[in-house]
Amino acid sequence: MPPPTSNVVLTGNPNCGKTTVFNALTGLRAKVGNYAGVTVERKEGRLRHAGEREVTLLDLPGTYSLSPRSLDEQVARDVLLHHLADDVPTPQLVIIVVDASNLERNLFYATQVIELGYPALLVLNMMDVAAELGRTVDHAALSRALGVPVVPLVASKGEGMPQLRQAILDGLDQPAPAAPKSFGTLPAPFAKELAAVEAALQSHPPVRSTTHSESLLILSDESFLPANVQYYPAALTAAVATARQRLDTAGINWRTAAIEARYLRIGDVSHTVVSEATDSGPTWSDRLDSILTHKIWGLVIFVALMALMFQSIFTFAEYPMTWLEQAVGWLGNQAEGALPAGELTDLLVRGVIGGVGAVVVFLPQICMLFLFISLLEDTGYMSRAAFLMDRLMSKVGLHGKSFIPMLSSFACAIPGIMATRTIESAKDRLATILIAPLMSCSARLPVYTVLIAACLPDEKLGGIIGVRGLAMLGMYLLGTVAAMGMAWVFKKTLLKGQTPMLIMELPSYKRPVLSVTLRHMWDRSKLFLRRAGTVILGINILLWFLATHPKSAELTSDFAAKRTAIAQTTPDGVTDTDAIEKYRNDRLAELASDEQGAQLRDSYAGVLGRFIEPVIAPLGFDWKIGIGIVASFAAREVFVSTMSVVYNVGQTDTGDEAVTTGLVRVLQAQRRADQVTPVYTPRTAFALMVFYVFALQCVSTVVIVWRETGTWRWPLFQWMYMAVLAWVMAFAASHLARVLGWPD
Amino acid sequence: MAGVQTPLARLQAGTRAVIDRITIPPSEQSRLLEMGLIAGTPVEIVRFAPLGDPIEIKVRGYHLTLRKEDAEQIWVTPAPSP
Repeated sequence: MPPPTSNVVLTGNPNCGKTTVFNALTGLRAKVGNYAGVTVERKEGRLRHAGEREVTLLDLPGTYSLSPRSLDEQVARDVLLHHLADDVPTPQLVIIVVDASNLERNLFYATQVIELGYPALLVLNMMDVAAELGRTVDHAALSRALGVPVVPLVASKGEGMPQLRQAILDGLDQPAPAAPKSFGTLPAPFAKELAAVEAALQSHPPVRSTTHSESLLILSDESFLPANVQYYPAALTAAVATARQRLDTAGINWRTAAIEARYLRIGDVSHTVVSEATDSGPTWSDRLDSILTHKIWGLVIFVALMALMFQSIFTFAEYPMTWLEQAVGWLGNQAEGALPAGELTDLLVRGVIGGVGAVVVFLPQICMLFLFISLLEDTGYMSRAAFLMDRLMSKVGLHGKSFIPMLSSFACAIPGIMATRTIESAKDRLATILIAPLMSCSARLPVYTVLIAACLPDEKLGGIIGVRGLAMLGMYLLGTVAAMGMAWVFKKTLLKGQTPMLIMELPSYKRPVLSVTLRHMWDRSKLFLRRAGTVILGINILLWFLATHPKSAELTSDFAAKRTAIAQTTPDGVTDTDAIEKYRNDRLAELASDEQGAQLRDSYAGVLGRFIEPVIAPLGFDWKIGIGIVASFAAREVFVSTMSVVYNVGQTDTGDEAVTTGLVRVLQAQRRADQVTPVYTPRTAFALMVFYVFALQCVSTVVIVWRETGTWRWPLFQWMYMAVLAWVMAFAASHLARVLGWPD
Repeated sequence: MAGVQTPLARLQAGTRAVIDRITIPPSEQSRLLEMGLIAGTPVEIVRFAPLGDPIEIKVRGYHLTLRKEDAEQIWVTPAPSP
């Protein structure tokens, strides 16, 4: 019989090195998933070198207190209070990681967790950083003061890991402590009210070790009881209200009394266990900060870092992306060659391989972006970026913290939206989610590229600034300005409300651990692949169906007749059999392309394109562009491949670039009904690109917004407002171009 | 001689002070207190952000950033300059 699994949770403040401790304990085989109902990252792993025992370690999101201010913190609190009992089993041991160089604030949360009454173990991490600051922490004295075992550690160097592992196993063997501990002496009236709440909970089974802590939260945290009312007796709400009134009358601040008492006690503990050598002067982190947040250099370096990040995403990722494209193409060709021609093969090659390929191709860019973001986070620079940008963000009513999701959205709105979880205010978080897709993501890049190449002259304004580059930059700026503007509008109207105080830690800089950063990058990229992959795959299969059905029997027989005719044609004056063969094959290839185009025009997708033509005609778009727009509501980059199908661009197997240049030529040759006016003029391109800046053409984003907000209301609203904005702005762009005298 | 109380936001970078009282509405104070900013705690203004806001302070051995409008409501007694 296998031994029963022991459940251990790991908790602590943000930036205390908890993730490093987790990785060192579990190796690099953690399972990353979600908590039921919310998209907060759930990291679980098996304790390595645990002998016969099976020990599961759960890494809770970093938290400053048991009174949560963000979704991440709320999950940590809920796990510890059994509120997620269906999802997370009750822990047999809680490991609290604290930063030895920042003991007092870390002990605030640590003592809160110790009071929960679980068998606990305190990890005193970053002993080396404390030593650098000239501080020594007496861990034996700390253990006596807190009443739990304390293990000193330098997780980044692996020092103390065997001892920690042994302490975990010992902790699992030891029985639960008899009585819950309590830190700090509360004012007498407060203690009396607290005892009354506790007594009320004791009479309401199940009674747990956490009852004392829960009573404290019920009494002193205004938002606790209203949010968790289902777990407690109904009479409690009224009882607590009157208790608070009595405390108010007695002149006791029930919101802060417990916090102050706790810090007083922590101050005492800290005095006994920490010995401070003489002031060690500025640390290297302080010195780094004086440059990185310098009035001038700080901003220069910030802009340079952002430029480097985009440069890398767009250039370095290009090579692996080309390889992946070729690999997907090769796979498609192999499948097509190996399988008998028919519906199923077509679905497999165009729908499945092509569809999954469309996602996989973006993986290098996503990895690159996440590598940068992980590096910025793991080194501690990210909070400096928020510090530098807070002033700008405050102009539209948001926090510096909203800057990070917006930045990520330049690569892809999905990670951007996922990064909003650390934003404390629900309204700010929602506002950031609503505007994130306005930042021009990497999927718009192919659309902009093709349209700019097809419609804009390769000229330089005043001999210096390239028109095409300027247009590209303009689109990125337009999206950014629109995002800020809409944030302002939302914060003024729909999501009106006070932005909570900005209270953000600026952790000391850390040398990133490569394996941790890479792991971080890969975990996130994998999540992206899995989620976006499933959705895009489904949509691509649907699109394939819409674009290939219904099959017109008339067209099929028409083209069959033409094929027979070609097989018997001989070009004038040619007698060489090889040349004849080549001529016939070329004609057949042209015909196949024609057939594909003709079939598409009569397909459901074609019908749809013509159906929406009246709506988009005022913008200067015809039904063929309509097909492109409709198709790219699944994913923007689909526009390019759809257009090449619509305009029968020969799909010669010479790589993606050849298809694109071929498409550009074909687009330039398109004429309107009068057979003279070109379709793709600078004006069309301008209006179309503006449309793509604003429209929410990405099913994956819609799905992610649904998951993050927990309702269909917000993604629908977002889709609608962006669609209206896209139409109006494209209309305005089209008319602006006319006013400016651009030819039709 | 007791120093004169002044809002934290009005101090120069590099100044040390001791927190006296916080006049932010009670319901919003909690996190500030949980982060260790309780009466009697020494703080140091480290710097102002390049665009003038927010400010960076050092408290209980770590660095924290707050907006000026909030720091206007944290009253402190500046330490006498050494």
